[in-house]
Amino acid sequence: MELFIPALLTIITAATPLLFAALGEMVTEKSGILNLGVEGMMVMGAITGFVIVNYTGSVTLAIGASILAGVLMAALFALLVLTFHASQVPTGLALTIFGIGLSALVGQNMIGIAYEGIPKISIPYLSDIPVIGTLLFHQDILVYISLIMVALIYLFLNKTRAGLILRAVGDSHDAAHAMGYSVMRIRLMATLFGGGMAGLGGAYLSLAYSPLWVEQMTAGRGWIALALVVFASWRTGRILFGAYLFGGISILQLHAQALGIGVPSQVMSMLPYLATILVLVITSSDQTQIRLNAPASLGRTFQPSR
Amino acid sequence: MLPNLVKRQLPSRSMVYLSPVLAFLLSLLAGVILFIIMRVSPLAALHAFFVEPLSSAYNLSELGVKATPLVLIGVALSLGFKAGVWNIGAEGQLTIGGLCGGAVALFFYEKEGIHIIPLMLLAGVLGGMAWAAIVAFLRVKFNANEILTSLMLSYVAGLFLNFMVHGPLKDPDGFNFPESRLFSDSAIIPVILEGTRLHLGAIMALISVVLGWVILSRSLLGYQIKVAGSAPAASEHAGFSKSRIIWVTLLTGGGVAGLAGVLEVAGPIGQLLPNISPGYGFTAIIVAYVGRLHPVGALFAGLLMAVTYLGGETAQIQLNLPVAVTGVFQGLLLFFLLACDILIYYRIQFGKPALAVEKS
Repeated sequence: MELFIPALLTIITAATPLLFAALGEMVTEKSGILNLGVEGMMVMGAITGFVIVNYTGSVTLAIGASILAGVLMAALFALLVLTFHASQVPTGLALTIFGIGLSALVGQNMIGIAYEGIPKISIPYLSDIPVIGTLLFHQDILVYISLIMVALIYLFLNKTRAGLILRAVGDSHDAAHAMGYSVMRIRLMATLFGGGMAGLGGAYLSLAYSPLWVEQMTAGRGWIALALVVFASWRTGRILFGAYLFGGISILQLHAQALGIGVPSQVMSMLPYLATILVLVITSSDQTQIRLNAPASLGRTFQPSR
Repeated sequence: MLPNLVKRQLPSRSMVYLSPVLAFLLSLLAGVILFIIMRVSPLAALHAFFVEPLSSAYNLSELGVKATPLVLIGVALSLGFKAGVWNIGAEGQLTIGGLCGGAVALFFYEKEGIHIIPLMLLAGVLGGMAWAAIVAFLRVKFNANEILTSLMLSYVAGLFLNFMVHGPLKDPDGFNFPESRLFSDSAIIPVILEGTRLHLGAIMALISVVLGWVILSRSLLGYQIKVAGSAPAASEHAGFSKSRIIWVTLLTGGGVAGLAGVLEVAGPIGQLLPNISPGYGFTAIIVAYVGRLHPVGALFAGLLMAVTYLGGETAQIQLNLPVAVTGVFQGLLLFFLLACDILIYYRIQFGKPALAVEKS
């Protein structure tokens, strides 16, 4: 038990950034937009949050700024893809390259600065419950937000009319357009939402997971989040499961060292990437699952005929 | 009166070539704004970035050194991108190529022989191919998205190289630094210009441009690649094997990236280090795009990107600008290019829309 609870706690911290980014990307993809720039939006969220918390000391401002950074990056993507009809794959790649460069530029004076990390919030009474009290009710605000977002997104996509319209736009933009829905506006909203969530994921990395700034500190988490969406076959509940599964895999290296397992640290660090490939292979080989669940218009440029 | 976008009846040929130029000018403009924000004299910065790298014979040779891997990989990626095969893990294939070639060099440490360099190059090419073959296999056999698998394998490759130089390939007399031995002279790629670092790889890059052009415009394979990318349904109908195109383009990309990797470690670097490339494999994606997915275009784009790398270094020394400016500039260039490409299919019309297909 003494090893078990800290292990579960680190799983939660490792899973939360993935959960934010993957949830956001799922909503974006549900509208038919494939934004490969998650990594770039996340890393911008991370540096923005870190800069703001160091200058103002306000966690709220920092989180807000991270969201804004993600949204602005997504707006850039939307401008190119929706207004200029640029194709989505290279635009997403450009967003990632740009984000990594810009974050390094913004963060050049931030290297070596330490921040104590955002405070944990104990929910009265509930956090006193043994074992699950510390696990579930003594976390920082972002962990709570991430779990609330899971519920909200599930309800939005499956139980509301707006969610239905969003899915319709993603499945057949021509039909949705013919029915009078503004494909562009809905896709813009979904893209911006995805950016904000990626920004939050980045904020979690630099404010809570490892509260400091390192260039490219997202280390491929944006790409893993993209894979998670495929793994979850665009379903909210499975995103939650997938993010925690990957959180578990990525902390294995820390605990393997503690347990004295004689595997080189680099090999342990490979695990999340290898696991991503593995789950992609498993989920992608089931073609019917993909066809049933993937938004049918995903990645296709929409040009209204009238 | 707002400008309208009017769809052209035919894509504009001239805009295909003008768009990169326009994108470059816009990136320059954005760069000037960036420098003003950073309180750096834009003139001094632009001079450091774009004039200095071209201002002496030695700098020009350094430009060739940096352009070599970019052009090589850019040409190879162009083929894949044209076919709609998104190998964005060239950085990993480069890393494995460099590692394999480097391992051969270390195997022949302090040995002589003209067979050493060809063996190293072969090992590099095969290493890069093997790394890309994983991607092709998973794509063809399990339909796993090659963007994600190739990228994940890049991280794995980086960690693997890191492990090897911390462990098995570490210099035994190197005071425990994570570096290999310096390669023997017999394992160093010959320099083609005395007094510079410009090596044989530059000639290979030029050959790759010619080969790439021949394949793309003069061979059946090139035709199949173009059809597969622009009209997948027609390609299938014509009986062109999709799997074969995936295999060929990925193996080409991987092999060439591996070659670029071994040229780096056996050329300018001369040993194995935990990190052997400043992101050449990723920048080559921009090279391929800015070069219009055309081998000759990749040559020019590769040289331009090499200027930004070299300029970034000069700006760092002269003006104390962070190296990251290079990345920002490269990202901006790709953004502007993608935006300018709208002019290939649309023209801007001021005034009242006569036959506007779509408003912007």
